[in-house]
Parts: sequence; structure tokens; C-alpha cells
Amino acid sequence: MLLAALSTAVVGTLLAVGITGAPGWDRVKTSFFDPDAAVEYLPEILTGLWLNIRLLVVCAALALTLGLVVAVLRTLRGPVFFPVRALATGYTYSFRGLPLIIVIYLYAFGIPGLRLQGTPDVLVLGAAAIIVTYGAYLAEVFRAGIESVHPSQIAAARSLGLSYRQAMRHVVLPQAVRRVAPPLLNDTVALQKDVGLISLAGPIDAIRAAQIGVAQDANFTPYIVAGVLFVLLALPLIGVTDWVTLRAARRQNAGS
Amino acid sequence: MDVRKSFGDHVILDGLTLDVAEHEVVALIGASGSGKSTLLRCVNLLEEIDDGTITLDGDEITDPRANPDAVRQKIGLVFQSYNLFPHMTVLDNITLAPVRVHKRPAAEAKEQAMTWLDRVGLTAKASAYPDRLSGGQQQRVAIVRALVNNPRLLLLDEVTSALDPELVGEVLTMIRDLKGEGMTMVLATHEMGFAKQVADRVAFLDGGKVLEQGPPAQVLGDPVEARTRQFLARIIEAGRL
Repeated sequence: MLLAALSTAVVGTLLAVGITGAPGWDRVKTSFFDPDAAVEYLPEILTGLWLNIRLLVVCAALALTLGLVVAVLRTLRGPVFFPVRALATGYTYSFRGLPLIIVIYLYAFGIPGLRLQGTPDVLVLGAAAIIVTYGAYLAEVFRAGIESVHPSQIAAARSLGLSYRQAMRHVVLPQAVRRVAPPLLNDTVALQKDVGLISLAGPIDAIRAAQIGVAQDANFTPYIVAGVLFVLLALPLIGVTDWVTLRAARRQNAGS
Repeated sequence: MDVRKSFGDHVILDGLTLDVAEHEVVALIGASGSGKSTLLRCVNLLEEIDDGTITLDGDEITDPRANPDAVRQKIGLVFQSYNLFPHMTVLDNITLAPVRVHKRPAAEAKEQAMTWLDRVGLTAKASAYPDRLSGGQQQRVAIVRALVNNPRLLLLDEVTSALDPELVGEVLTMIRDLKGEGMTMVLATHEMGFAKQVADRVAFLDGGKVLEQGPPAQVLGDPVEARTRQFLARIIEAGRL
């Protein structure tokens, strides 16, 4: 314990000396860590962050739902469901490969370009891009969970007269979701920062608000402020993820 | 029933014919790979048969137009590996089908489940999760789970094979009690002594067919077929008869 504290102090001091002793430190300090700029733009950035939080909740809920539905569709057996399976597989393959930035551009600028009646605004389109991209990742996580449930569990459920749907709903999915809860939460942590990419489409979120501040004063401090806020926002979720992961590991050890 | 089943080129059940009367207990014996488990899974429609028919109470259950879920509600199946649902308590395992499939009120299903648990001496385990139970306790819960559906036929697939020897007895006692109540059962087993006690008829499966069947004393004591003799000799050698 004492050794750990000591070595941490030494490493910390070395880092601090290394950075503050650098030749360009004074310039960096004024352009990245200017307290006046931080105070000036904090309200705007916080207002923007509120948008990020709302986006995060909506995107996480819908991406999880989409992922779950797609994962279940991919498990359907029988020739009748081939088109459904093929579509679901094609979706997870293509959207896991596509960079999120490109999807956001395509949705936010491509869809309005079609000039269709009732095109939603860029905020909704940007959110849709995030949901569709993350849905593909989450679908694969859910699928891994579903496939980890032994087939004998389905056999047991079906032998009791449960339909495929009921067996999925009551027997397979509850076990699958429990097993993949840690990676699901981890993807949600990644999602919480990626909702910031919506700023590329125009809506004024925390990052966009910071960017405006940076452009006005030619000072990068607002980015640091936004960055710190994002970390603070992520901490509770990261804590929950660690806790769930630990619990899952304990249960696995107890079970075997 | 009269069935043929193959996986690829490998024929598992080759025109096997077997009739089971009401209240009758039939024990299936035979070497591993002789088709005992496959036959039970076919009867429960967990495996599709390639040819032939299986009838229950005069209805052809293998008819492609028949609803397999409705058929399975009348046939209980208990597995070698128990297959309890690990995320549910013992009580929830038992009431799942009554509530979800048979649409019975939860309170009524619970009461029925508790009555059964009381009978098999597991009341104290009602709200425990399966991983807190011994193998014998889990298997008894699995049997209760099949019984609360009031099946016409109960299939038991080597239900004691995964158990430690000292836990086999409690499961066999339960099956013996069921026989006393007139439950129609088909059981695949390696317990020859038990087959002798509880079965009305023993059927020896070999090469995907019923090679020999008859009263336990005759099939196990004085078999007609050479293959049956060989099989039983190996069993005696292993000290299982």
C-alpha cells in the first residue's frame, strides 16, 4: 500500500515536471487551460451537454432494441426465413465496417438532399445514423449471448410445450442478456462519447458549443472543458460496467 | 409407432416398431448409439423423422399439419442432464409451462407446484436456484416440471446416468411411485436392475430396430437373441446387473 502510494507519487511528479518543464508549456497553458475562457463558455457547453445526455438515452435505448431484434432475426431457422436472415446478416456486416462519421454525413446531408416530404431535421437524422451503426455492434454482442446458451435449454423449453417465441423470450434471452451485460455496457460507454459526433451534422451539442467558443477566442480551453465533462458523464456508467463485470465473473466462478 | 431416422447417411432408427399401451412402462435398453435417446427425441418431435408415423391416442403426431407445440404439451420429456433453467428458481422452473402454455392463473400453478414439491420432499428448495441443488434434487425437480403439465406419456432419457451413485435411488423411487399411479412411461436406461423392477416390458434396441422385447425377466434373464446375450454379458461384466 505504502509502496503503491510512493511509486504513484514519483510517476506523477515526473509526469508533471516533464510536461510543465517543456519549452512550449507556457503557450499551451494559455491556449488550453485558460480559466477565464473556461468560465465564459461553461454555460453554453453545459446546455450542449444536456442535448448529449438526452441523445445518449434515446440512442442507447433504441440501439439496444434494434440490436436485440436483429440478433433474434439472425437466429431464425428454416428456408422461409432466409431473406430475413440474409438482410440481418448484411446489415451487421456493412454497418460494423462503415465509419460512423460517414453514416452521419450520409443520413444528415444525403437524406434531406432527396427533398422528400416530411424529412425529419438533422438532429433526428444524426441520431438515426448513430442508432443504426451501434445497433449493428450490439446485435453481434446479443447474438454471441444467444449462441452461448446451450441448445439443450431450448430443447427443454420446447419439450414443455413452449413455442419457439416463448422459449426465446423466457428461457434463452434472459440467460443471454445476463451473460453479455458487461460487453453491452461497454459499448454503451463508447456510445456515450460517440453521440458527440452529432456535432458534425450541425446540432449544437457540447462539442459544437465548445467549437464555437474555440473559433471565437482562438483558444482551445472550451474543448478541454467539454472533454472533462464527457469523462465525468462516463464515470458512473463505467463504474456500473465494472461492477456488473465483476459480478458476472464471480457468478461464473461459483457456477463451475 | 413405426419410424425411420437418419442423420446424413447414418441411419439411427431403421424401421423401428414399438407399441406402448396405456399405463404401461417400457424400458429401452441397448448400447450407446443404439438409438434409445433419438427415439425419445423423435416421439417428442424434437427430431424430425424421415419416414414412418408416430401416433398418440390414435392421432398421428408426426403429421406435418399437426401443431408440434400441442403435441409436446401431452408428452413430457426428462433429460439426462436435467436441463433446468438456471436463471429461474425451482418454483419458476415448474410453473413456467402451466402459466405460459396452459394459461393457468399464477396462484393456482404455484399451489400445484408446491403440492408436488411437498410430495418429493423439496418444499424447502422452492425459491432456490438450480445450482444450489444436488443432481438428484435437480432431476426430481425436472421430473416434477414435466408432470405438472399432466402429460399422457412421460419419456425419461437416461435420467440417472449423470447422477452420483448415492443419488440414483431418490430418483428411481420417484419413478416407481409414478408407475404406481398408472403413469405411462418409456424410459431409456442403463440401470438393468431398475428396468427389471419397474418395467412391464423391456425392449432391446440394436442397429436402429427393436431386436427383442418382452417381460423383463425373460429379456434380461433368458434372452432369445445372441446380440441381447452379448450386450447383457458386457453389462454383467461391468457389474451393472
